[in-house]
Amino acid sequence: MNDQGIGARTLRVEDKRFITGRGRYTDDINQPGQAYAVFVRSPHAHARINGVDVQAALDWPGVLAVLTGEDAAADGLGNLPCGWMVRSKDGSDMKMGPHPVLAQGKARYVGDPVAMVIASTHEGAEAAAEMLQIDWEELPAIADVGEAHGGPVVHDDIPNNLIYDWEIGDRAQVDAAFGKAAQIAKVEIVNNRLITNAMEPRAAIGAYEPGTGSSTLYLTSQNPHVHRLVMSAFVNVAPEHKLHVIAPDVGGGFGSKIFIYNEECAVVWASRRLNGVPVKWTSDRSEAFITDAHGRDHISKAELALDNDGNFLALRVNTKANLGAYMSTFSSCVPTYLYATLLAGQYKTPSIYCDVQAYYTNTVPVDANRGAGRPEACYLIETLVDQAARDIGMDPAELRRRNFIPKDAFPYRTPVALIYDTGDYEKTLDEALGLVDYANFAQRRASSEAQGKLRGIGVCCYIEACGIAPSAVVGSLGAGVGLWESAKVRFSHTGKLQVMTGTHTHGQGHETTFAQLVSTKLGVPMDDIEVIHGDTEKTPVGMGTYGSRSLAVGGEAIAKSCDKLIEKGKKIAAHLLEASEGDIEFKNGSFGVRGTDRAKSIGEIVFAAYVPHNYPADLEPGMEEMAFFDPPNFTFPAGTYVCEVEIDQNTGITTVERLVAVDDFGNVVNPMIVEGQVHGGLVHGIGQALYEHAVYDDTGQLVTGSYMDYCMPRADNVPYFEVHTVAGTPCTSNSLGVKGCGEAGAIGAPAAVINAISNAIGTHVDMPATPEKVWRVLQSRQMPLAAE
Amino acid sequence: MYDFNYHKPSSVAEAAQLLSQLEDAKLLAGGHTFVPTLKQRLAQPSDLIDLNGIAELRGIREEGGGLVIGAMTRHGEIAFSDVVKRANPALAALAEHVGDPQVRNRGTIGGSISNNDPAADYPGAILSLKATVVTNSREIPGDDFFTAMFETALEEDEIVTAIKFPKPGRAAYMKFPNPASRYAMVGSMVHEQNGEVRVAITGAAPCPFRWTEAEQALGSNFSPDALESLTVDATDLNSDIHGSAAYRAHLIKVMTKRAVAKILG
Repeated sequence: MNDQGIGARTLRVEDKRFITGRGRYTDDINQPGQAYAVFVRSPHAHARINGVDVQAALDWPGVLAVLTGEDAAADGLGNLPCGWMVRSKDGSDMKMGPHPVLAQGKARYVGDPVAMVIASTHEGAEAAAEMLQIDWEELPAIADVGEAHGGPVVHDDIPNNLIYDWEIGDRAQVDAAFGKAAQIAKVEIVNNRLITNAMEPRAAIGAYEPGTGSSTLYLTSQNPHVHRLVMSAFVNVAPEHKLHVIAPDVGGGFGSKIFIYNEECAVVWASRRLNGVPVKWTSDRSEAFITDAHGRDHISKAELALDNDGNFLALRVNTKANLGAYMSTFSSCVPTYLYATLLAGQYKTPSIYCDVQAYYTNTVPVDANRGAGRPEACYLIETLVDQAARDIGMDPAELRRRNFIPKDAFPYRTPVALIYDTGDYEKTLDEALGLVDYANFAQRRASSEAQGKLRGIGVCCYIEACGIAPSAVVGSLGAGVGLWESAKVRFSHTGKLQVMTGTHTHGQGHETTFAQLVSTKLGVPMDDIEVIHGDTEKTPVGMGTYGSRSLAVGGEAIAKSCDKLIEKGKKIAAHLLEASEGDIEFKNGSFGVRGTDRAKSIGEIVFAAYVPHNYPADLEPGMEEMAFFDPPNFTFPAGTYVCEVEIDQNTGITTVERLVAVDDFGNVVNPMIVEGQVHGGLVHGIGQALYEHAVYDDTGQLVTGSYMDYCMPRADNVPYFEVHTVAGTPCTSNSLGVKGCGEAGAIGAPAAVINAISNAIGTHVDMPATPEKVWRVLQSRQMPLAAE
Repeated sequence: MYDFNYHKPSSVAEAAQLLSQLEDAKLLAGGHTFVPTLKQRLAQPSDLIDLNGIAELRGIREEGGGLVIGAMTRHGEIAFSDVVKRANPALAALAEHVGDPQVRNRGTIGGSISNNDPAADYPGAILSLKATVVTNSREIPGDDFFTAMFETALEEDEIVTAIKFPKPGRAAYMKFPNPASRYAMVGSMVHEQNGEVRVAITGAAPCPFRWTEAEQALGSNFSPDALESLTVDATDLNSDIHGSAAYRAHLIKVMTKRAVAKILG
């Protein structure tokens, strides 16, 4: 038995260093003789650069270099690419405007880096940066995606700012179904733009070594190997085998540290230009607001056709997606393959059609943010289903139940390309409704009303796709890379283990979860296992951490490595025990001869492998195995979230009173870590529903450029969460049966909260449901003010 | 931040002398507005005069039934002072909800009022509780102190040394915090004493002001109902992404009613 392995609430081994201030983040790292970079950024949303006079900056004491877009072009630096080709309805490729490391010709958003000033001190670089003279010619700007078509042109040769006009599903079939509908429910919704705000701002140190011609990059990255690949293959800062990327402790990512950004390319390039002077850049919080990729920012119209009995007949969706001023690394797939493929939700809707127009605007590039496409899909379906329930006067939970994909219908192919492997949606709905005591909501509403408050209850049945992804599938859809994962498990002489993973942990607790997995697989104590990640020279090539893929894909690669070690161990055990290999069974860390009490511990086998004095003749020594895993399918976590809110009628303030989350994550390695991930996701989702909103003004200036105006949820904004993981339906795409849990909360919570508000006030209010928005609805309905 | 010369005087007289002599000197109190401004290179003073070494600017004492609070007294010291909680409980309650713990442990009442941020809390107390602002050269009635957004009646080289709060009647402060910054989007402080009512509104307009119609209505009937028929003119109120002027006008009434209700228990 193993009381710390799979299934145990083992405390996180990484927390000791984090909560005692001993984490080692990029900004904690300093190189001898390092210089400091400051980026001069465009103060304008859209402006031509008619000239940059660097002389005064160069003359400032301590300045080593001032680099501009012209220098980058002269040195042959490539553009930052978007790695996923999305094609329009007419078959044409998406229109990717060049994204230089430093702006060339014109700047396209407030924050666009125009020049890089490097000095021996940070203060010196800041002071010199102010000396730079830029001859700006301001141009009209566009920030609102709803006005992008026909607005000022962001990239000169891309008409109407239209990147692609993409579609999925059978339009004719959907239109025909609408023609026969008894009822059509409609919503027009905005999925509000978010700024990710990881606790640790981005940072990078580039260090070129003239002696070897290699470069080292310390970086806040969720996927150091992907950084290495793109920076070498596309941006040309160094050949791939000469670029060593290290992502040490990273303080949160939430998607924003997946992408290949200008600054990290620039520091590697600059260090080489300076013949090896290490160049460090650390973003401050204000800079993070205007440079970290933003998230969401969709405008959608959606219609649901129903028959007389409330059965869904068809779904028709149009979405306009704001991708900002340049296409970030994975931006194209977020509002398409990660979004519209999830529009079936948990329902057996027979026909679905969605088309998506993606636009450039003069705003920060938009890319994946926790959930990446799935929160947008879930919010759309789940608010639309509630609208349908209101329209036809049916209980929203019952309407959902009526349309669920039944549990005996799996594997289930949706009309939008995915095949759900397993699920039991009634189970999670029933459990959630029971836990929240849905049947007696009226009593709770009455008691709120007795205190002058409105009360509402909202249900959201979410599904998402994790574990990206089968390489052949994503390849056929335009992905520029394969999305497998890798691992290496290495025993040492003394039976200790190092587990190298291609994924990266930046808060998720992989160092614990992966060690638990190995502990159970190999029967080795947790204390004897070290998980190593985040260094391209220590770990096998991996694709990184995002899309809740690390356990389902990376964990499976670890499991496969362990299986290989066990197979090899059986050969050694058979030799030592003088038995046939087929008679050796491995259990709880011991290789035994079936039906006897003869056995060798795994420690003895490992020692024999490294000191092979008595050893099978045809077997290589050593106990170190690696494996790659390319999943056959996505995984499909699903569940039901129920939210109860109270609304102060006189101020419009919404208070989340309860949030019951019932998730089916398949098998669970560490329930405590899973609950923590759900808690974080729920806070993220409540933040989007009630508080967070990146606002640009008409000139393209970011109004919410600090915490004075951008409202992050805080501890007193969220309730005591009631999080339950059901003994669910194990995933069939990996041997562990795991699905992924990092994004579910952010995907399911927004619709649960908004549906609860709509339930309280009788009409849909878009996110964020600020007090004034809610108050205005109440005003327009002329509901009597509560007595004070 | 830009370079500056740093001075840490030990008396008000010394500070005042520096302030008058130096070309572009600024006073540093708790630094919760000023230091971020410096960090963002939005201010470039030649000299910085740190008031944190001046003992005479700190402390809370009772005088003639009222309170004298040194300008460099921290919000947290006011909030948790037994003297303030007994002699002016509404002021202690207001201070307890200024900013967050970090702000309350560094920010000072003198620094706050001298900055006259329209969204600060103390102006509500200064106006409603009939406070007097004491400087190194004179005493300024609270009613005359706040002149416009980020502007006060202070002269160029004048230093706030203390705030005098007379013995209060019944008072309460209700705040609708900006969800993001938690500054007051609307704050209403109501004070009733021997039939005289003062209602001070902060956060809603470029400068704190007294809501005189409410004062009259409450003067004849001190109850939330007395405000029912009043409407607040939204014309000169702030309007931003967090709240329109009309919404703020509405909140002024709601918060004032709640302050009255709180006083009445």
